[in-house]
Amino acid sequence: MSTANPADTATSTTAAVPASPAAPVGSGTDHRWVWIVVAIAAALPLLHFIAPNVISDYRLFLMSTMMIAAIAVLGLNLLTGFNGQISLGHGAFYAVGAYTAAVLMDKLDLPYWTLLPMVAAVCFVVGFLFGLPALRLEGHYLALATFALALAVPQMLKYKWLEGLTGGVQGIVLLKPEAPFGLPLSEDQWLYYYCLIVTVLLYWGAWNMLRGRSGRAMMAIRDHHMAADTMGIDTARYKAVTFGISAAYTGIAGALSASAIAFVAPDSFGFFLSISLLIGLVVGGVASLSGSIIGGIFTVLVQNSAQALSNFVKNDIGLPYDLSPYSVYGILLLVLMYVMPTGIAGGVVMAWRRLRR
Amino acid sequence: MAAFLEVSGLKAFYGQTQALYDVAFALRQGGITTLLGANGAGKTTTLRAICNMVRTEGRISFDGQPIVGRATESIVRLGVAHVPEGRGTFTTLTVGENLRIAAYTRGRSARAEVKRDLDMVFEYFPRLSERVEQQAGTLSGGEQQMLAVSRALMLRPRLMLLDEPSFGLAPLIVQEIFRILRRINNESKVSMLLVEQNAALALELADHAYVLETGRVVMAGPSAVVKNDENIRKSYLGY
Amino acid sequence: MEQLIQQIASGLANGAIYACVALALVMIFVSTDHINFAQGEMAMFSTYISWQLIQWGLDYWIAFFATVVISFVAGVLIERVVLRPLHSAPVLSIVVVFIGLLAICNSVAGTAWSYLIKEYPTPFPKELFGLSGLIGAHQLGVVVVTLVVLTLLYVFFRYTPLGLAMRAAAQNPVSARLSGVRVDWMLALGWGLAAAVGAVAGMMVAHIVYLDPNMMAGILLYAFAGALLGGISNPGGAVLGGFIVGVLENLVAFLGNAAEKATGIYIIGNGEKLTVALIIVITVLTLKPSGLFGRVVVKRV
Repeated sequence: MSTANPADTATSTTAAVPASPAAPVGSGTDHRWVWIVVAIAAALPLLHFIAPNVISDYRLFLMSTMMIAAIAVLGLNLLTGFNGQISLGHGAFYAVGAYTAAVLMDKLDLPYWTLLPMVAAVCFVVGFLFGLPALRLEGHYLALATFALALAVPQMLKYKWLEGLTGGVQGIVLLKPEAPFGLPLSEDQWLYYYCLIVTVLLYWGAWNMLRGRSGRAMMAIRDHHMAADTMGIDTARYKAVTFGISAAYTGIAGALSASAIAFVAPDSFGFFLSISLLIGLVVGGVASLSGSIIGGIFTVLVQNSAQALSNFVKNDIGLPYDLSPYSVYGILLLVLMYVMPTGIAGGVVMAWRRLRR
Repeated sequence: MAAFLEVSGLKAFYGQTQALYDVAFALRQGGITTLLGANGAGKTTTLRAICNMVRTEGRISFDGQPIVGRATESIVRLGVAHVPEGRGTFTTLTVGENLRIAAYTRGRSARAEVKRDLDMVFEYFPRLSERVEQQAGTLSGGEQQMLAVSRALMLRPRLMLLDEPSFGLAPLIVQEIFRILRRINNESKVSMLLVEQNAALALELADHAYVLETGRVVMAGPSAVVKNDENIRKSYLGY
Repeated sequence: MEQLIQQIASGLANGAIYACVALALVMIFVSTDHINFAQGEMAMFSTYISWQLIQWGLDYWIAFFATVVISFVAGVLIERVVLRPLHSAPVLSIVVVFIGLLAICNSVAGTAWSYLIKEYPTPFPKELFGLSGLIGAHQLGVVVVTLVVLTLLYVFFRYTPLGLAMRAAAQNPVSARLSGVRVDWMLALGWGLAAAVGAVAGMMVAHIVYLDPNMMAGILLYAFAGALLGGISNPGGAVLGGFIVGVLENLVAFLGNAAEKATGIYIIGNGEKLTVALIIVITVLTLKPSGLFGRVVVKRV
């Protein structure tokens, strides 16, 4: 395994805010870390038999949601971090994935494990179709188009003509997946493994894609669109396809969440969802695969600790302020852009480099 | 006599690229000095450096005051008017608005003076007075150059920096503009630093000349001397 | 027929609000090339401030003007403190900061004043305006206030030296600096004005849609649609676009309802307003990004 990787992380050209980092797709060291993490993750539920209160079902469920969030952020990162197309509306694709899975399970009684390829295909098409008009849009304008999308999604899901399918405002109630082959695993434990397998496969898929020619083309388009064009890269095709793949990833996450929460309703896919994805992207690290995982974990942590955080601020610090996840997001988004624009992953990489010198 | 504009050890950078390495020259008050040299020698960069439009290091002193690192607009308020490459016209504003914006810094109390200056400007360039309400972007190249010089005049500058005023203009227009520049220098006593590709023309107008090559001054002297030095003409000025 | 006129009239009133917000968006876009995604939330926050002032006993119009001034100052501060350091940052960073502002405004408002819907007073007495058959007093008042604000701004930009300086700074910052204009302060002033105009829009609309932290989200989307339709680089166009979108929104719902009554088929109604706005946004951005009246900008390589 090579240790020297020319496509390493950010080189800072301006004082506070560096340009998007070149893909830190991973040097040799990264690889070993990934294997270790995956091994630990795979072994974790088995520790339940040793320490049932620590590795409780609820905790495993929480970790499943973290993986789902990580996949969703990974999808967004493929588009925005690695291909430079800003999306403020990825919640829309999450919703499409979730509803596609829900409808297939509810109306066609399809088993949950057949869904993912279909969801991926549907979301890819939706993303690709959105990516086509988006070809002409850049920067602020694309952000604006996706912003509009994010705001309109809950309303679109409540559209009368779709009510037969989507269950309207009340949504659809689903069943949680059960462990196959009669394995002695609880629902949450099986869900954990299911999500883990999907996460590892998707991560590996993304890593492979980014490492090869497609990845380099995507990043070339991000870094210098016009130069990429003149070098013969079919930028239109790459951009639209990346949109599709990105939508597929986030859509799969949505589908997984439909199984995990066993419920879909329009109001859970509002603007807040798209902001959460954005936060995951920025906190974890733009254009960083490991950063996407970190980002996903982070968003779940924030949302779950909302109550605890709020109490901490109110009671321990004494501020009469209800610290909602929204406020945490807002503050972080601002602070990070000045202090750590490359996110946690970028920060770790830079710290690692400084140590190694 | 202390120089009106004095530059020494001037370095300038576009991002990471260094464009000026060590430029030094001085300008006498009331005089016209020209910076000559081939393309890419650093002439435009020097003017930009004086106005702090690019990252600059070194010493620049204007009428005894050091101005390196000062904000562009405050250097302008000290009395330096820069007529930039490309004229810098506000294309969507009218000719009148272009002129008024230059008088912006002079405040309401100078209203009468501003009016007088407008008359003076229209006297120098009668063509502009015919087009006061016209959108500036629709003017011809020559007219835009006249407008650019007029805008500089409206600042009531003590020093005018002119970046390639002859660029892209028909010879007759160029002669007209240069004649007027000479008038302005004589009548309003405005010192001028002129950057020109057209060396012959510049040497006619200026008293002093400096020749730049790749970011350094390689020759200096009264324009009469520079004009007549064949070697210099052939090596640096191309004729 | 009378219903149609009512719909158009209320569409104009809504359109007035969209026009104000669209104008604020355009002012910032023209001077900084940024799209202020937080415009709606800033306006909402200002409205809450005015509500609080009224609760503390201030007369409506005093609270109104006080809020406008406070919003102006806040806008200036935001530009100088939050956005100034990001001048040369990549687009993603800037967009993220705007979203951050949006989130903070929304959450602070929600915390300070709770997410419960509140009533907001109107200063326009029902008896004063005699057209109450076709258009409500408040709606007429909204249109009048909007027109007053727009006229004041027009006069300011067109005829005052400061307005000229701001236009110059927006159009060509380098040349403006060379004319001695303090461009940085012009940008801050632009933000202040945009915040003030947004505040007016918020205070006008609060009576119609009721005051709650999420009241401006849909309005912002409509303002975007209007600004894009009219031309996001053209203030006059944006205002016109806002009015057009306002009337269009009501007409579409009206026609949808009529179609449903006539044929029994529901195609479109009040529940699809955001979707319609989304369609307008996407259509304009794909077909003619410079809008009806904007200038096409050619980027030099």
